[in-house]
Amino acid sequence: MNKWTNTGQGPGLLISSVPGPTATGLGEPQAEVEETLKRIQSHKGVIGTMVVNAEGIPIRTTLDNSTTVQYAGLLHQLTMKARSTVRDIDPQNDLTFLRIRSKKHEIMVAPDKEYLLIVIQNPCE
Amino acid sequence: MEIVYVYVKKRSEFGKQCNFSDHQAELNIDIAPNPELAEQFVERNPVDTGIQCSVSMSEHEANTERFEMETRGVNHVEGGWPKDVNPLELEQTIRFRKKVEKDENYINAIMQLGSIMEHCIKQNNAIDIYEEYFNDEEAVEVTEEAPSAKTINVFRDPQEIKRAATHLSWHPDGNRKLAVAYSCLDFQRAPVGMSNDSYIWDLENPNKPELALKPSSPLVTLEYNPKDSHVLLGGCYNGQIACWDTRKGSLVADLSTIEFSHRDPVYGTIWLQSKTGTECFSASTDGQVMWWDIRKISEPTEVVIMDITRKEQLENALGAISLEFESTLPTKFMVGTEQGIIISCNRKAKIVCTFSGHHGPIYALQRNPFYPKNFLTVGDWTARIWSEDSRESSIMWTKYHMAYLTDAAWSPVRPAVFFTTKMDGTLDIWDFVFKQCDPALSLKVCDEALFCLRVQDNGCLIACGSQLGMTTLLEVSSGLSTLQRNERNIASSMFERETRREKILEARHREMRLKEKGKAEGRDEEQRDEGLATDLEALVSKAEEEFFDIIFAELKKQEADAIKPKPMPDLFCTSGQRKKRHHLSGSLPLGSTDKMPKYERAKQQHGREKKQRQQPSSEEVQVAQEGEEATGERVGDEEEEDLA
Repeated sequence: MNKWTNTGQGPGLLISSVPGPTATGLGEPQAEVEETLKRIQSHKGVIGTMVVNAEGIPIRTTLDNSTTVQYAGLLHQLTMKARSTVRDIDPQNDLTFLRIRSKKHEIMVAPDKEYLLIVIQNPCE
Repeated sequence: MEIVYVYVKKRSEFGKQCNFSDHQAELNIDIAPNPELAEQFVERNPVDTGIQCSVSMSEHEANTERFEMETRGVNHVEGGWPKDVNPLELEQTIRFRKKVEKDENYINAIMQLGSIMEHCIKQNNAIDIYEEYFNDEEAVEVTEEAPSAKTINVFRDPQEIKRAATHLSWHPDGNRKLAVAYSCLDFQRAPVGMSNDSYIWDLENPNKPELALKPSSPLVTLEYNPKDSHVLLGGCYNGQIACWDTRKGSLVADLSTIEFSHRDPVYGTIWLQSKTGTECFSASTDGQVMWWDIRKISEPTEVVIMDITRKEQLENALGAISLEFESTLPTKFMVGTEQGIIISCNRKAKIVCTFSGHHGPIYALQRNPFYPKNFLTVGDWTARIWSEDSRESSIMWTKYHMAYLTDAAWSPVRPAVFFTTKMDGTLDIWDFVFKQCDPALSLKVCDEALFCLRVQDNGCLIACGSQLGMTTLLEVSSGLSTLQRNERNIASSMFERETRREKILEARHREMRLKEKGKAEGRDEEQRDEGLATDLEALVSKAEEEFFDIIFAELKKQEADAIKPKPMPDLFCTSGQRKKRHHLSGSLPLGSTDKMPKYERAKQQHGREKKQRQQPSSEEVQVAQEGEEATGERVGDEEEEDLA
């Protein structure tokens, strides 16, 4: 009778440390993106980070869904308004950054043609 | 009227019983209407009659149709999702997201935005731009404004013959009323027909006094009872003590008997702190201080004679001209005398110690409300601050002014501020944490001399009375009537420092005197006495010469200064220098104008008077003068030297 014995050394506890697909060429830059976002999130005082697209859809977020949706919707509109304000005053000017400082924290919005990077930070007091 | 029918009955038939019988109706009288009478009347049309008339109402009930209301909220769900993606389905959204993330644009955008964002985040973390720097310092009201005071009201003596306002007292509750005592303090120079009245003024009405108090002799002092605001105590010119109750009217409620009262005008009356609130004491220039209970005002309860030799001899007594009592130290009181000596006594009627240093009568004496160990006195041309520990001399003093100082008071809110009034009608406000050589503010209130001063309890209002009976009410700027930061500490440290300095100087003095004594004992005793006796006259005249020389030099310098403005020398000594103390041969009588005469005039006057001593007209000062001659020898001996 052939009994399969477990010789102790199993098929190997190979823990792959590199997550995600590595075969595709877009992997590295994507990893960079991940790293960037992670780095931003790990800064002192940062409460949440999110990436929103031109339609207001949150692509990437560290907060819960309802909050994200709220932020995304409201800030998107505000950024559009701010940008149009800047351009109205000077058509050659453009909005580069938007900072809203409130009592509790600061909301920073970095706009782009298609996306918005939103970070909520609690500045150290 | 025509009599139409006469109804007759026989007298014999009166009281007869009635015989009722039935008989036909008889027409007694028939008066037809007379239409001619109607012409005397006019038809009235319309006729006004009042009728009660109201709309008739009925009660109805109605029920409106109900309609229902509903509150609804609208929940905005995330939108923007492309049509093919159902936002509720997690799988679809994840797939969509993953697709976006693979987009190259996305990656570039994020990289760029990421770097910008990081920069800002780091900025936030580096510096807190909204930091509160001076968190613990409250908003300091920096009073940059210069101290100022303005006149609010003037109360004039309604009498035609003007008398001086010699004493003021604020009403104890609310300070809405002011009691002013009027009298003429010139000895026997009171004009004929001068009224004896003193008035209580209401601050709102400066035209007419609220109440007149009518004593038999003019009042020199007047005080409200701090416990009972209806009761006032007045000291009369003839030495009696009078008491009023404002509810009873303007006549005296109680008067002390002349035999047991003072023999000179009563210059100081103060209410004492007692459970009954009826005890007071008074002082006069006859040398006595008497305690009274106003319930039995005919006799004093106690009499103390201000004899500093402690022999209780009235002949040696010093005339008291100001009295001081602080309710926080109920067993002690102080008396300022005409001879320039302050006597501190305690309630058991014993004289504790004396302070000398003034050259003239001490017109005002008050303890500092914050630091009762220090007190302020005014006499001759200076105001001095003393400490109870330093007996030989005052710890702080102002320079010698050009006019006599008549009254002084501490501010009840600021420990370093006090007010003084002068014979030339100016009111000085001193703030010695701000400026020590000059008053912080000097105001000319009126042209005639100011006799008395009283500060209201809030420290803002000051009332001062003048020689012509005009009482002026001034309001001081808020900088002078609000406690400054640290002021109490600064004031107390200043007092301590000066006290210490004086103690050190006293100690040195004593040493020097001991040394001199030791030297003098070696010489012949008799020779020394003789030499002193003959030298006395020469010494006194030499002292007088020097004094007048200094005065003229000062006047000359002032006239030169008037031409070109130059700061006055700092005569408010805080270093170890002392001036030579010169002694005038007679203190100046009350009420005379002592404006310093002009330079030339003074010199002429001095030349005239050099041979003859100035003989004042008042008796009291005569006595004082004699007393001073006796002590003149003592003063001649102790000529202080300049200590470098």
